[in-house]
Amino acid sequence: MLDNNRTHPVITIVFILSSLACLIPFWLILMVSLSGQNALAKYGYSFWPRQFDLVAYRFLAHDAEPILRSFGVSIVVTAIGTVLSLLITSALAYSLSRHDFPYRGAISLFVLVTMLFGGGLLPWYLVYTKFLHLQNTLLALIVPGLLGAFNVFIMRTYFTTSIPPSLIDSAQIDGASEYRTYFNVILPLSLPVLATIGLFTIVGYWNDWFTSLVFISSDKLYNLQYFLYNTLMNAQYLQTVADKAHIDTSSMQVQPLEELRMAMAIIAVLPVALVFPFLQKYFVKGLTIGAVKG
Amino acid sequence: MATGKQTTIALEKGWGSKAGRNPLRKLWKYRALWILALPGMLLLLVNNYLPMFGIFLAFKDLNFAKGIWGSAWNGLDNFKFMFTTNDIWYTIGHTIGYNLVFLVVNTVLSVLAALLLNEVKNRAMSKFYQSTMLLPHFISMVVVAYLVFGFLNPDLGFINKSVLEPLGREGISWYMEPQYWPSILTVVNIWKSVGFGSIIYLATIVGIDKEYYEAAMLDGAGKWKQMTKITLPFLVPVIIILTLLAIGRIFSADFGLFYQVTMNSGMLKSTTEVIDTYVYNALLVSGDTNLASAAGLLQSVVGFVLIVSVNWIVKRISSDKGLF
Repeated sequence: MLDNNRTHPVITIVFILSSLACLIPFWLILMVSLSGQNALAKYGYSFWPRQFDLVAYRFLAHDAEPILRSFGVSIVVTAIGTVLSLLITSALAYSLSRHDFPYRGAISLFVLVTMLFGGGLLPWYLVYTKFLHLQNTLLALIVPGLLGAFNVFIMRTYFTTSIPPSLIDSAQIDGASEYRTYFNVILPLSLPVLATIGLFTIVGYWNDWFTSLVFISSDKLYNLQYFLYNTLMNAQYLQTVADKAHIDTSSMQVQPLEELRMAMAIIAVLPVALVFPFLQKYFVKGLTIGAVKG
Repeated sequence: MATGKQTTIALEKGWGSKAGRNPLRKLWKYRALWILALPGMLLLLVNNYLPMFGIFLAFKDLNFAKGIWGSAWNGLDNFKFMFTTNDIWYTIGHTIGYNLVFLVVNTVLSVLAALLLNEVKNRAMSKFYQSTMLLPHFISMVVVAYLVFGFLNPDLGFINKSVLEPLGREGISWYMEPQYWPSILTVVNIWKSVGFGSIIYLATIVGIDKEYYEAAMLDGAGKWKQMTKITLPFLVPVIIILTLLAIGRIFSADFGLFYQVTMNSGMLKSTTEVIDTYVYNALLVSGDTNLASAAGLLQSVVGFVLIVSVNWIVKRISSDKGLF
């Protein structure tokens, strides 16, 4: 019989292969971004370039402003959006968690209905553009992601199950107002659920490109993902970078457009790749809280 | 007599108490909780409820020059037109087809991965596998489109240039040949979601009481018996719930996958168009608001009916597992 404390070798092989499958695509674009342009034109994308060259990153450093600006937009939107979202979501969830709050049933229903029925893209688009006139503002990138009904219910469940009502009573007997109770008693005790929902919200804002696609037409407000999307779809930005860097176009030299493209993808993945290992355990905890209720 | 009876009822309901004497007083007493709830409710009102009232646009001939109110009603004409086009039928077919394939493949692979992960004895390695397999879940679809493009770029991509060319085969113009895309999109979907799914199932497996396994081992049950007789039966309720929830969403697709990864290529539509991309393209690319609103309403209504009926089924199976 196999030793019970050893992993079966077949299982080990299966997981090494799956892990590789998850990492290899990143490796491919990293290597493309580091390829020399002549070798790339000749041999195409490969996992081990025949000629290493940092030309793409030098080009990007040359005209870094649009990239940095889109990074800035993403950071500002993510930071403001996440803080606001946590405040608004937890405040609503807290009210709903209070058993003595007379209208909690009706408000719960009000929240729930949004999970069941939606007006669709066109009416939603019209509300933001013709009614609120938020197109081409940072608010258009922030507001749509602020509140998800599902997050409200996860937080409500946390508040009702993890915070004893007697704690709220005693805080109020001690003279704390509702707001003080919420800010100084409830929120500090709710760090696990705030961290979980907060991480999901950060990822949601950071990865969002849809609201940019729909509402933003001014290139000053492009967020990082939308900027990347634009660069993948048309090489215009890459062309300007290459032109500005005074490439001698009279020679037969190929412009490093493909390496530039992939270098941009690497720059966009980098923050996630650097932060992910540290946050991974919270993600896993959060996934299990969020996914399997009860 | 009559007044006496009323008083008893009133007392029983607590109407005599100080806070409840007057509904306005009750409202005032809880004003702080109202104020805390208000910002969230306002957001839902604007982001979710106002668009709901916009569904009537599906019955109008929307003309921005005349405005929303000035546009003429045209009854069911938008729907009649939509259903006479061929696109809508294959679009609906794709949406359901892809969702069903994704559901089956993802469930099988996620459960399998979770069962195997549970057999990994080295905790550090198990964490490592989980991390790498979860990573794709946190990458935006835009970056996923870049990764896929790295393999499928017709001129320089890895598959054409480093696989097909050395084999002496002609390169494929991937973004123009629709027949490959059902498989490509399925692979991308697996890559992006199996790690996430397996962790959800793993959480259930880890929660199973160890005593079941100890008892089974005493009775001489091997690994296979333990897996099929203990672990799987514990997973079945979770599988059922997640499957039913996925069926409730069968009329909507992962817009990012179908829009970004295909680069919204018009050449691929015959196998990649789903309702979400159909509505988007009708609205923001061809500007056909009538088609967009009709398809959008169809999607909302069918989605609503599916979610409510699925919830009803879930509750019949296990009363505490319902979505609401």
